[in-house]
Amino acid sequence: MSEVKADAKSPVSGAARARPLSPHLQIWRWHITMAASIATRASGVALYVGVLIVAGLAATLAAGPDAYGVYTGLLGSPIGLIVLFGLTVSIFYHLAAGLRHLVFDSGKGFLPATANATAWAAFAFAAVASVLVWAGYFLLLGH
Amino acid sequence: MDSNSYRTPLGRARGLGSAHTGVGRFIGERATSVALVPLSLWAIYAGLKIAPLGYDGAVAFLQSPLNAVLAVLLIAVSVSHMDMGMRVIIEDYIHKPISKIVLMLLSTGVSWTFGALGIVSVLKVALMSAGTH
Repeated sequence: MSEVKADAKSPVSGAARARPLSPHLQIWRWHITMAASIATRASGVALYVGVLIVAGLAATLAAGPDAYGVYTGLLGSPIGLIVLFGLTVSIFYHLAAGLRHLVFDSGKGFLPATANATAWAAFAFAAVASVLVWAGYFLLLGH
Repeated sequence: MDSNSYRTPLGRARGLGSAHTGVGRFIGERATSVALVPLSLWAIYAGLKIAPLGYDGAVAFLQSPLNAVLAVLLIAVSVSHMDMGMRVIIEDYIHKPISKIVLMLLSTGVSWTFGALGIVSVLKVALMSAGTH
Protein backbone atom coordinates (compact mmCIF):
# COMPACT_ATOMS: atom_id res chain seq x y z
CA MET A 1 0.00 0.00 0.00
CA SER A 2 3.06 2.24 0.01
CA GLU A 3 2.21 3.60 -3.43
CA VAL A 4 -1.16 4.88 -2.24
CA LYS A 5 -1.13 8.64 -2.17
CA ALA A 6 -2.67 10.47 0.68
CA ASP A 7 -6.00 11.85 -0.50
CA ALA A 8 -7.27 13.55 2.62
CA LYS A 9 -6.02 15.69 5.40
CA SER A 10 -6.56 14.94 9.01
CA PRO A 11 -9.02 17.49 10.41
CA VAL A 12 -6.95 17.67 13.59
CA SER A 13 -3.33 18.03 12.52
CA GLY A 14 -3.72 18.92 8.86
CA ALA A 15 -1.02 16.38 8.06
CA ALA A 16 -1.48 14.23 4.96
CA ARG A 17 -2.16 10.55 5.63
CA ALA A 18 -3.33 7.59 3.55
CA ARG A 19 -6.99 6.74 3.82
CA PRO A 20 -8.16 3.09 3.80
CA LEU A 21 -9.44 1.75 0.50
CA SER A 22 -12.22 -0.83 0.17
CA PRO A 23 -11.16 -4.05 -1.57
CA HIS A 24 -11.88 -4.30 -5.27
CA LEU A 25 -14.66 -6.68 -6.38
CA GLN A 26 -12.14 -9.03 -8.00
CA ILE A 27 -10.19 -9.65 -4.80
CA TRP A 28 -13.24 -10.02 -2.59
CA ARG A 29 -13.88 -13.59 -1.43
CA TRP A 30 -17.22 -14.88 -2.66
CA HIS A 31 -19.75 -15.38 0.09
CA ILE A 32 -23.37 -16.46 0.03
CA THR A 33 -24.97 -13.12 0.90
CA MET A 34 -23.03 -11.48 -1.92
CA ALA A 35 -24.20 -14.15 -4.36
CA ALA A 36 -27.77 -13.72 -3.07
CA SER A 37 -27.62 -9.98 -3.69
CA ILE A 38 -26.27 -10.37 -7.23
CA ALA A 39 -28.79 -13.13 -8.01
CA THR A 40 -31.66 -10.92 -6.83
CA ARG A 41 -30.70 -8.31 -9.40
CA ALA A 42 -29.96 -10.85 -12.13
CA SER A 43 -33.30 -12.61 -11.62
CA GLY A 44 -35.04 -9.23 -11.66
CA VAL A 45 -33.50 -8.43 -15.04
CA ALA A 46 -34.50 -11.90 -16.30
CA LEU A 47 -38.08 -11.31 -15.14
CA TYR A 48 -38.09 -7.93 -16.91
CA VAL A 49 -37.57 -9.92 -20.12
CA GLY A 50 -40.10 -12.49 -18.85
CA VAL A 51 -42.84 -9.86 -18.62
CA LEU A 52 -42.09 -8.85 -22.22
CA ILE A 53 -42.46 -12.52 -23.22
CA VAL A 54 -45.81 -12.75 -21.36
CA ALA A 55 -47.04 -9.56 -23.06
CA GLY A 56 -46.06 -11.13 -26.38
CA LEU A 57 -48.03 -14.27 -25.50
CA ALA A 58 -51.13 -12.18 -24.73
CA ALA A 59 -50.69 -10.20 -27.95
CA THR A 60 -50.43 -13.34 -30.12
CA LEU A 61 -53.46 -14.84 -28.35
CA ALA A 62 -55.39 -11.68 -29.22
CA ALA A 63 -54.07 -11.81 -32.80
CA GLY A 64 -55.52 -15.25 -33.46
CA PRO A 65 -54.83 -19.00 -33.62
CA ASP A 66 -52.06 -18.79 -36.23
CA ALA A 67 -49.93 -16.24 -34.37
CA TYR A 68 -50.57 -18.03 -31.07
CA GLY A 69 -49.54 -21.35 -32.62
CA VAL A 70 -46.25 -19.94 -33.91
CA TYR A 71 -45.47 -18.21 -30.58
CA THR A 72 -46.28 -21.22 -28.38
CA GLY A 73 -44.31 -23.36 -30.84
CA LEU A 74 -41.27 -21.18 -30.14
CA LEU A 75 -41.87 -21.37 -26.38
CA GLY A 76 -42.19 -25.17 -26.63
CA SER A 77 -38.94 -25.59 -28.57
CA PRO A 78 -35.85 -26.77 -26.65
CA ILE A 79 -34.47 -23.23 -26.39
CA GLY A 80 -37.93 -21.93 -25.44
CA LEU A 81 -38.25 -24.52 -22.68
CA ILE A 82 -34.80 -23.61 -21.31
CA VAL A 83 -35.86 -19.95 -21.23
CA LEU A 84 -39.14 -20.85 -19.50
CA PHE A 85 -37.33 -23.00 -16.93
CA GLY A 86 -34.92 -20.11 -16.29
CA LEU A 87 -37.88 -17.79 -15.79
CA THR A 88 -39.44 -20.29 -13.36
CA VAL A 89 -36.21 -20.32 -11.31
CA SER A 90 -36.09 -16.52 -11.51
CA ILE A 91 -39.68 -16.13 -10.26
CA PHE A 92 -39.13 -18.44 -7.29
CA TYR A 93 -35.73 -16.97 -6.44
CA HIS A 94 -36.84 -13.34 -6.78
CA LEU A 95 -39.93 -14.16 -4.70
CA ALA A 96 -37.88 -15.66 -1.86
CA ALA A 97 -35.24 -12.91 -2.07
CA GLY A 98 -37.97 -10.26 -2.10
CA LEU A 99 -39.55 -11.68 1.06
CA ARG A 100 -36.07 -11.78 2.63
CA HIS A 101 -35.59 -8.12 1.80
CA LEU A 102 -39.00 -7.18 3.22
CA VAL A 103 -37.80 -8.72 6.50
CA PHE A 104 -34.53 -6.74 6.15
CA ASP A 105 -36.62 -3.57 5.67
CA SER A 106 -38.25 -4.22 9.04
CA GLY A 107 -34.77 -4.12 10.58
CA LYS A 108 -34.53 -7.84 11.26
CA GLY A 109 -32.39 -10.65 9.85
CA PHE A 110 -29.04 -8.85 9.68
CA LEU A 111 -27.04 -11.09 12.02
CA PRO A 112 -24.40 -12.77 9.80
CA ALA A 113 -25.57 -16.28 10.70
CA THR A 114 -29.19 -15.36 9.98
CA ALA A 115 -28.41 -13.55 6.72
CA ASN A 116 -26.29 -16.50 5.53
CA ALA A 117 -29.01 -19.01 6.41
CA THR A 118 -31.79 -17.06 4.68
CA ALA A 119 -29.60 -16.58 1.58
CA TRP A 120 -29.04 -20.34 1.34
CA ALA A 121 -32.76 -20.89 1.98
CA ALA A 122 -33.71 -18.58 -0.90
CA PHE A 123 -31.45 -20.49 -3.33
CA ALA A 124 -32.69 -23.85 -2.04
CA PHE A 125 -36.34 -22.79 -2.32
CA ALA A 126 -35.83 -21.61 -5.92
CA ALA A 127 -34.14 -24.87 -6.94
CA VAL A 128 -36.60 -27.20 -5.20
CA ALA A 129 -39.76 -25.31 -6.18
CA SER A 130 -38.68 -25.04 -9.84
CA VAL A 131 -37.83 -28.74 -10.13
CA LEU A 132 -41.07 -29.73 -8.37
CA VAL A 133 -43.21 -27.56 -10.66
CA TRP A 134 -41.56 -28.85 -13.85
CA ALA A 135 -41.37 -32.46 -12.70
CA GLY A 136 -44.99 -32.25 -11.57
CA TYR A 137 -46.07 -30.86 -14.92
CA PHE A 138 -44.28 -33.42 -17.06
CA LEU A 139 -44.44 -36.49 -14.85
CA LEU A 140 -47.54 -36.29 -12.69
CA LEU A 141 -49.88 -34.61 -15.15
CA GLY A 142 -48.52 -36.70 -18.01
CA HIS A 143 -47.99 -33.85 -20.47
CA MET B 1 -19.14 27.70 9.17
CA ASP B 2 -18.80 24.30 10.80
CA SER B 3 -15.82 22.64 9.11
CA ASN B 4 -17.09 19.18 10.17
CA SER B 5 -20.40 19.55 8.28
CA TYR B 6 -21.07 17.14 5.43
CA ARG B 7 -23.48 19.53 3.71
CA THR B 8 -22.38 20.67 0.28
CA PRO B 9 -21.98 24.38 -0.45
CA LEU B 10 -24.87 24.18 -2.95
CA GLY B 11 -27.13 22.50 -0.41
CA ARG B 12 -26.21 25.15 2.13
CA ALA B 13 -26.86 27.96 -0.35
CA ARG B 14 -30.28 26.64 -1.29
CA GLY B 15 -31.19 25.88 2.29
CA LEU B 16 -32.58 22.54 1.23
CA GLY B 17 -32.15 19.19 2.89
CA SER B 18 -33.35 15.98 1.24
CA ALA B 19 -35.28 15.89 -2.02
CA HIS B 20 -38.43 14.88 -0.09
CA THR B 21 -39.52 12.48 -2.83
CA GLY B 22 -37.62 9.27 -2.06
CA VAL B 23 -40.09 7.85 0.44
CA GLY B 24 -42.84 7.50 -2.15
CA ARG B 25 -40.52 5.52 -4.42
CA PHE B 26 -39.35 3.35 -1.52
CA ILE B 27 -42.94 2.55 -0.55
CA GLY B 28 -43.93 1.96 -4.18
CA GLU B 29 -41.17 -0.62 -4.62
CA ARG B 30 -42.27 -2.48 -1.49
CA ALA B 31 -46.01 -2.22 -2.16
CA THR B 32 -45.66 -3.66 -5.67
CA SER B 33 -43.39 -6.43 -4.34
CA VAL B 34 -46.01 -7.43 -1.75
CA ALA B 35 -48.74 -7.47 -4.43
CA LEU B 36 -46.52 -9.59 -6.68
CA VAL B 37 -46.19 -12.38 -4.09
CA PRO B 38 -49.67 -13.79 -4.82
CA LEU B 39 -49.69 -12.53 -8.43
CA SER B 40 -46.43 -14.28 -9.38
CA LEU B 41 -47.62 -17.54 -7.81
CA TRP B 42 -50.83 -17.18 -9.84
CA ALA B 43 -48.67 -16.56 -12.95
CA ILE B 44 -46.98 -19.95 -12.42
CA TYR B 45 -50.38 -21.59 -11.95
CA ALA B 46 -51.78 -19.87 -15.07
CA GLY B 47 -48.75 -20.89 -17.15
CA LEU B 48 -49.11 -24.53 -16.12
CA LYS B 49 -52.86 -24.35 -16.75
CA ILE B 50 -52.78 -22.96 -20.30
CA ALA B 51 -49.58 -24.72 -21.46
CA PRO B 52 -51.33 -27.94 -22.61
CA LEU B 53 -54.58 -26.29 -23.76
CA GLY B 54 -53.90 -24.72 -27.14
CA TYR B 55 -55.58 -21.62 -28.55
CA ASP B 56 -59.23 -22.34 -27.65
CA GLY B 57 -58.35 -23.39 -24.11
CA ALA B 58 -56.20 -20.30 -23.55
CA VAL B 59 -59.02 -18.05 -24.78
CA ALA B 60 -61.52 -19.82 -22.50
CA PHE B 61 -59.09 -19.39 -19.58
CA LEU B 62 -58.89 -15.61 -20.08
CA GLN B 63 -62.67 -15.31 -20.57
CA SER B 64 -63.10 -16.22 -16.92
CA PRO B 65 -63.48 -12.76 -15.32
CA LEU B 66 -61.30 -13.70 -12.34
CA ASN B 67 -58.45 -14.85 -14.60
CA ALA B 68 -58.77 -11.73 -16.78
CA VAL B 69 -58.63 -9.43 -13.74
CA LEU B 70 -55.61 -11.28 -12.31
CA ALA B 71 -53.83 -11.23 -15.69
CA VAL B 72 -54.34 -7.45 -16.01
CA LEU B 73 -53.14 -6.92 -12.43
CA LEU B 74 -50.13 -9.19 -12.99
CA ILE B 75 -49.04 -7.21 -16.05
CA ALA B 76 -49.75 -3.76 -14.56
CA VAL B 77 -48.06 -4.36 -11.20
CA SER B 78 -45.13 -6.20 -12.82
CA VAL B 79 -44.53 -3.34 -15.25
CA SER B 80 -44.56 -0.79 -12.43
CA HIS B 81 -42.19 -2.92 -10.32
CA MET B 82 -39.76 -3.70 -13.16
CA ASP B 83 -39.71 -0.08 -14.29
CA MET B 84 -38.64 1.02 -10.79
CA GLY B 85 -36.20 -1.90 -10.41
CA MET B 86 -34.45 -1.33 -13.73
CA ARG B 87 -34.23 2.38 -12.94
CA VAL B 88 -32.34 1.58 -9.72
CA ILE B 89 -29.93 -0.65 -11.65
CA ILE B 90 -29.32 2.07 -14.27
CA GLU B 91 -28.77 4.68 -11.55
CA ASP B 92 -26.29 2.37 -9.82
CA TYR B 93 -24.16 1.46 -12.83
CA ILE B 94 -24.52 4.22 -15.45
CA HIS B 95 -23.05 7.52 -14.37
CA LYS B 96 -22.70 9.42 -17.66
CA PRO B 97 -25.74 11.74 -17.57
CA ILE B 98 -26.79 11.41 -21.21
CA SER B 99 -26.48 7.60 -21.21
CA LYS B 100 -28.33 7.39 -17.91
CA ILE B 101 -31.23 9.54 -19.09
CA VAL B 102 -31.52 7.73 -22.44
CA LEU B 103 -31.48 4.28 -20.80
CA MET B 104 -34.04 5.27 -18.17
CA LEU B 105 -36.38 6.68 -20.83
CA LEU B 106 -35.84 3.57 -22.96
CA SER B 107 -36.49 1.17 -20.07
CA THR B 108 -39.63 2.99 -18.94
CA GLY B 109 -40.85 3.23 -22.54
CA VAL B 110 -40.29 -0.47 -23.22
CA SER B 111 -41.91 -1.45 -19.90
CA TRP B 112 -45.10 0.53 -20.41
CA THR B 113 -45.37 -0.14 -24.15
CA PHE B 114 -45.30 -3.90 -23.55
CA GLY B 115 -47.53 -3.43 -20.51
CA ALA B 116 -50.17 -1.61 -22.57
CA LEU B 117 -49.85 -4.22 -25.33
CA GLY B 118 -50.34 -7.03 -22.81
CA ILE B 119 -53.30 -5.44 -21.01
CA VAL B 120 -55.14 -4.46 -24.21
CA SER B 121 -54.55 -7.99 -25.54
CA VAL B 122 -55.90 -9.62 -22.37
CA LEU B 123 -58.98 -7.36 -22.48
CA LYS B 124 -59.56 -8.08 -26.16
CA VAL B 125 -59.46 -11.83 -25.54
CA ALA B 126 -61.52 -11.57 -22.35
CA LEU B 127 -64.23 -9.45 -23.96
CA MET B 128 -64.48 -11.03 -27.39
CA SER B 129 -67.74 -12.88 -27.85
CA ALA B 130 -67.84 -16.62 -28.36
CA GLY B 131 -67.66 -17.61 -32.00
CA THR B 132 -65.55 -14.66 -33.16
CA HIS B 133 -62.36 -16.63 -32.65
